[in-house]
Amino acid sequence: MSDPPVLSVEDLTVTIGTRRGPARAVAGVDWSVRAGETLALVGESGSGKSMSVLAATGLAPRAARVAGRVHLLGTELTALSPDRRRRMRGRHVGFVFQDPMTSLNPVLTVGRQIGEAAEEHLGLTRRAARDRAVELLDLVGIPSAAGRVDAYPHQLSGGMRQRVVIAMALVCEPDLLIADEPTTALDVTTQAQIVELVADLQRRLGTAVVWITHDLGVVAGTADAVAVMYGGRIVEQGPVDAVFARPAHPYTVALLAARPEPGAGGGDLATIPGSPPSPLDLPAGCAFWPRCPVRGDARCAHELPPLVPVSVDHHARTFYRPPREDA
Amino acid sequence: MGRFVIRRLLQSGVVLLGVTLVVFLLLQLVPGDPVRVALGTRFDPQTYEALRARAGLDRPLVVQYLSYVGNALTGDLGVSFRSGRPVTSIVLERLPATLSLAVTAVVFATLVAFPLGVLSALRSGSPLDHAARVFSQFGVSVPDFWMGIMFILLFAGVLGWLPPSGYVALTDDPLGWASHVVLPAVTVGLVTASILTRFIRSAVLEVLSEDYVRTAEAKGLRTRVVVLRHVLRNALIPVVTVVAVQLASLLGGVIVIEVLFAWPGVGRLTYDAVQARDYPVLQGAVLLVAALFLLINLLVDVLYARLDPRITVR
Amino acid sequence: MSGAGQSAVRRALSALRHDPLAVTGSVVLVLLIVVGVAGSWLAPSGVNEVDVDRMLQPPSWSHPFGTDELGRDVLSRVLIAARVSLQVGAVSVGIALAVGVPLGLLSGYYRGWLDNILMRCMDVLFAFPVLLLAVAIVAVLGPGLLTAMIAIGVVYTPIFARVTRAGVLSVREQVFVRAAVSVGASDLRIMRRHVLPNIAAPLIVQTSLSLAFAILSEAALSFLGLGVQPPDPAWGRMLYDGRGFVTEAWWLGVFPGAAIFLTVLAFNLVGDALRDVLDPRQLTVSEARRSTG
Repeated sequence: MSDPPVLSVEDLTVTIGTRRGPARAVAGVDWSVRAGETLALVGESGSGKSMSVLAATGLAPRAARVAGRVHLLGTELTALSPDRRRRMRGRHVGFVFQDPMTSLNPVLTVGRQIGEAAEEHLGLTRRAARDRAVELLDLVGIPSAAGRVDAYPHQLSGGMRQRVVIAMALVCEPDLLIADEPTTALDVTTQAQIVELVADLQRRLGTAVVWITHDLGVVAGTADAVAVMYGGRIVEQGPVDAVFARPAHPYTVALLAARPEPGAGGGDLATIPGSPPSPLDLPAGCAFWPRCPVRGDARCAHELPPLVPVSVDHHARTFYRPPREDA
Repeated sequence: MGRFVIRRLLQSGVVLLGVTLVVFLLLQLVPGDPVRVALGTRFDPQTYEALRARAGLDRPLVVQYLSYVGNALTGDLGVSFRSGRPVTSIVLERLPATLSLAVTAVVFATLVAFPLGVLSALRSGSPLDHAARVFSQFGVSVPDFWMGIMFILLFAGVLGWLPPSGYVALTDDPLGWASHVVLPAVTVGLVTASILTRFIRSAVLEVLSEDYVRTAEAKGLRTRVVVLRHVLRNALIPVVTVVAVQLASLLGGVIVIEVLFAWPGVGRLTYDAVQARDYPVLQGAVLLVAALFLLINLLVDVLYARLDPRITVR
Repeated sequence: MSGAGQSAVRRALSALRHDPLAVTGSVVLVLLIVVGVAGSWLAPSGVNEVDVDRMLQPPSWSHPFGTDELGRDVLSRVLIAARVSLQVGAVSVGIALAVGVPLGLLSGYYRGWLDNILMRCMDVLFAFPVLLLAVAIVAVLGPGLLTAMIAIGVVYTPIFARVTRAGVLSVREQVFVRAAVSVGASDLRIMRRHVLPNIAAPLIVQTSLSLAFAILSEAALSFLGLGVQPPDPAWGRMLYDGRGFVTEAWWLGVFPGAAIFLTVLAFNLVGDALRDVLDPRQLTVSEARRSTG
């Protein structure tokens, strides 16, 4: 129909060899994101949301085995040599990680860290890269950018550092920005600023964004589509309005109910009793079954429910009609 | 930065004062009269009285200590009970031999340990990594003087390639010096290398697990750039310190190797002073070595502050 | 919470069982202790049986490790000397523990000026290379087994003081210690019941690694003639006496040194395995300070 996706992932699985046997971190996942669109990948830690993205872009740990198809701008990534894949990163995909305190190198100036991807991928000289870094610092809203370009990370506040990380990710004007819980480590006011900054940059640059988060509240205002992950699989996906208005999977329902009041902070998913399944030992049936308050079908315990359409573009992995649909 | 250096300087000064106290008290620990013990069978009343007076042993302890420190500050560490020569010049004469051995050993050790430690961390779990770990376990467990004896046995005895022991000054005959320094330097260096290998490996492994290394990989930098610019630059900061500390401890610590290879350095001097019960020389050697050790550590801390931008703000 | 010490020991033991290197090290240690205790019965001949007709004999069936320059059986001397090494290691590390741990406890628990003074004293001891300080102490006290043990004990004391202090500092602020303080438990009781058990792990690791270094130091001292006095055998001394003959009689150099190496290796293997389980992030001070003799 419309333009092809920037990044699409089909039947992606990630298996990590551990001392206690193989762990299914990602157990078959499909999603895609188009230019200018924001996809929110939502789930608890260990649900495979980060791993699916890292694996798709070649950043999975060495012990991980990755299978499936990943297309970035029409190129099949899993078939590429590690070096070719490396050249796509930074150039076409930018990354923003969780903790700006640890994701910046303490002994290099922020300007150098922003500019080095431009040196690598765009062939800029070190000087030109530094000038480019000043532009980027300005773009992400750091005041007196020219004066900050030679600062070391420890000289900046947490919010400033996350802006620097975003500048780093955008220096080559990538087609896709991957934001892995970029606001979790920040205080509430700064969180809102960073969310707003990314949304604003996306509008101006037309970048596609994959926003990984455990907090549905963060993405409600900015995401176009949402994919909820649990136990290495997508349990529900669709346009953000549809999923929020008519959640079809009990897990999504629980997540929405557990959402903290805006500004309240703290207590995120603690209200769902039980703990997520171990990737070493995924249940045969629905992974959420042990914690599920509904258990609406006898097959749930030992048969994996298929991803079925709920409405246009809206799918959920259940055997039964959503419990709250008529409510 | 300036404040940091001044604070460290003051700290080192206090510790150095403590060191002089320990060194001074060493003589008090000698059971009986140290001069009488030192003279032994060569005892004659005149020399005895002269030495006692020169060492100031008839004065109260506090006065003795204060004058010891005062004299030490002016470079006077007393005179040898044996030769009557000034201790300071006796010890300083031996410094070049020790220095040339220690530096050669540390350079050798670094050349071995650096590639080994870095590669074994980058390829952790590989056969090379296992070999490196066997090597470092071997090195921290083997008595260095035993390894030295084995080297003498092999390279001087069986193969006859190198002299078994002895010393030629570097300034007199560089080639002769080189042929004599190889065995002791390799012996000391292998032990040092094993310590360094282990340290470098774990320093690099620790940095490899840092988030900013993943950030660098996410930028699509070449592996070479990630390793050189992001991993090594951070991992090397503590490594520099450990290399310098190794050098510092070698400057005073190679007693056994210097004895084994008849290398006339400070360690050998210490040994000879112990044998001859020449306590002032023993004190002087120990004091000088400890002072050097403190000095090098001070320099390392300053260097550290220059290498790690985070320290400047403290 | 006082079970933490016991659980550290239990974890250590179970971990040792699963690590082949640690098992090897432990087996060697058990054998060594047997030899140390029963060396004089195991030895084929007396330790000082001089036989001038059989000087410098190469290894044979009657003398598996050969004979030395006085015709003494090297195997017997190596076996009997095991006791000295183990004894010096155990006693000197015992001294270091007995002095260092209380100092570290006081320092870390009370902080303030006491901490300052004690730690500066430890800094002073740290300023001397290990072996040099040991040599100097033995030199003034007079060479011998006892002084060697004291000297090595003194040299390793600061390490235990520092490890203990670091442990106390991190435990002190934990909830259960503050709770004990708030209900008015005495300082001594808090240290014994709450603090000490919780710093057992680093201390166990440090003890086992220090045993290795202490035995190396003893060997170096006795190589310098400052340890056990002749005619009693010690591995280091045997190497020193034999060093002039090694080119003709390699067995004089090989066997005593191999005995030191195996002993130290065994302690190191066990110590490393313990550290991996109990205290993976501890920087072993002694390792960085292992000065070459």
